[in-house]
Amino acid sequence: MNFGERSGLWMKKNLFSSPKESIVSIILGSIIFAAISKLLNWMLLSATWTGSAEVCRANSGFCWPFLWEKMSLILFGLYPREYLWRPILTVIAFVVLMFMSFDKKRWGLNLLINWLVLGFWTLFFLRGGMFGLHYIESDSWGGLPLTLLLFTFGLLGAYPLGIFLALGRRSDLIIIKWICIGFIELIRGVPLISVLFMASVLFPLFLPEGVVFEKYWRAQIAFILFMGAYMAEVVRGGLQAISKGQTEAAKALGLSSPQTQIFIILPQALRIVIPPTVSTAIGLFKDTSLVLIIALFDLLGSTKSALKDSSWLGFSVEAYVFVGLIYYFFCSSLSRLSRKMERELSVVKR
Amino acid sequence: MSLEKQGVATGWNFLSQESGFEIGETLIEYWSDETYLKALWVGLLNTVYVALIGNVLAVLVGLFIGVFSMSPNWMISRICRFYVEIARNIPLLLQLFFWYSLFNELLPAVDQAYSLGDMVFLSQRGLKFPWFMAGHWEIPTLSGFDFTGGGTLTPEFLSLIMGLVFYTGAYNAEIVRAGIESIPRGQWEAAQSLGLTRIQMLIKVIIPQSMQVAIPPMISQLLNLSKNSSLAVAIGFPDFVTIANTTLNQTGQAVEVISLIMIIYLFMSLSTSFIANLYHRSIAHKGAER
Repeated sequence: MNFGERSGLWMKKNLFSSPKESIVSIILGSIIFAAISKLLNWMLLSATWTGSAEVCRANSGFCWPFLWEKMSLILFGLYPREYLWRPILTVIAFVVLMFMSFDKKRWGLNLLINWLVLGFWTLFFLRGGMFGLHYIESDSWGGLPLTLLLFTFGLLGAYPLGIFLALGRRSDLIIIKWICIGFIELIRGVPLISVLFMASVLFPLFLPEGVVFEKYWRAQIAFILFMGAYMAEVVRGGLQAISKGQTEAAKALGLSSPQTQIFIILPQALRIVIPPTVSTAIGLFKDTSLVLIIALFDLLGSTKSALKDSSWLGFSVEAYVFVGLIYYFFCSSLSRLSRKMERELSVVKR
Repeated sequence: MSLEKQGVATGWNFLSQESGFEIGETLIEYWSDETYLKALWVGLLNTVYVALIGNVLAVLVGLFIGVFSMSPNWMISRICRFYVEIARNIPLLLQLFFWYSLFNELLPAVDQAYSLGDMVFLSQRGLKFPWFMAGHWEIPTLSGFDFTGGGTLTPEFLSLIMGLVFYTGAYNAEIVRAGIESIPRGQWEAAQSLGLTRIQMLIKVIIPQSMQVAIPPMISQLLNLSKNSSLAVAIGFPDFVTIANTTLNQTGQAVEVISLIMIIYLFMSLSTSFIANLYHRSIAHKGAER
């Protein structure tokens, strides 16, 4: 069978299996064709490529000059222009490590350590103040690097916190058990905004006088606490899936209770819940956009501030499509990673 | 201690003070000379209203898309998967801004509103439609700078609902799809041999059984939508968090206001999951009896 025959058969089976299906396929096909050509027309053919806001307004298509003009503000916020290479390097490092994580051979403790290093690398490059790098205060961090920083540290903090909370929830000590349950249920019952409000408005009121805690760090801690509660529920699912026989066998071998958890139970439990762990991580990535409500300029926050420029009013669709694609790129890469892990780890090879 | 030093008022007295702000859309009558307590109550009603409508629509979208993503027609299932993929990988807040900006930038001004038979009007001011008021049907008419009479859905409300439904609908669709996939092939074949059409098979055989698998994650999506409705504060819809936020800014009573937000949502989450679990248990019980 040649390619033509094969695709003919495929179309007969999947698109034209009956007269009714054929009508549906033809109608849908023409709608999709019309939508795609309209989109291409808007973004390319009738788009404005150069000129000012007035030229864009006279045209109806996509306004590229707006993107050229605001690109660095959207991507890097108000970071000083002469040091822009630093945030650029951190973004590149993040993307490289994300794609390295796709390689099955690298999965393991080393990869985790690499992510930890990446977190501190990002922080070091954004902040500076050491090894001859000029110090930049956290109020001027912004755009994509801030989003990635919130995500990386959020995940690195929330994962261990989640494990502790999940173990604490199963503890024999009643007090620890109820503190963990209370914390998890409280956090999961309230919206993220209220936790962020708490970090930005409430927390500074309780600091002793003269102590200043930068807003970025307050938001970062809020994210770790919030996501920790969600991670705890994910980890708990894994712990519940491990049969009691494992604990008993470990005890019979003379392992102490912490040894049992660390060497026997956790490695198995965490492996089972890798897919929901990554979904929670994707949720965290999307949720970092909420920091704009407490006036931090992450990717979405700096986009909003780019839209406020009075000489470029009225191009928010362009801006949102652009940052939407960036978010889509990161989130869909992470979910592809999750699907790959699920596939590779579903057949347990030991 | 340090709260008093910083001049922050404490206590719940502020609730009985005059709020002094207007609220754009309310379900009950409210004036700016009424108390903060009344204003917060108005906001709470708006939150419940959005959560109810949003959840009903999101479940319908989820059922619809979830069923169609299993369609044997390649084009239908691709479109459904494409929608789910887009909706789940873009932050909800960005989606809300996007829908809201469509109202401001793509829709015509009030005097050039799109109209449907001169009864329903869509413009930057939102959707105006005939509504039963004070004993008779009122049709919105343009007078001056805005429509008068009839019912209104504001751009803030519409974009909040669209964003929440578009986002959560995709998650619900995946849950419905997983539910349908959990039903063994034998059930499909048995239904087919009884001579049922595909739609009858789905409604009478497959969907009722897949509810067992689908309801627990669906409950957590119901809760997610309700909690996410608090993002209304970013596009200016007067939900509970928006009004609480204004209250906080005016009175400065951060401790009280933020704990109020947390208590209200905690109560909503716990009671929703309590009721939903009772319902789920009753269904599971029925299943066991069969």
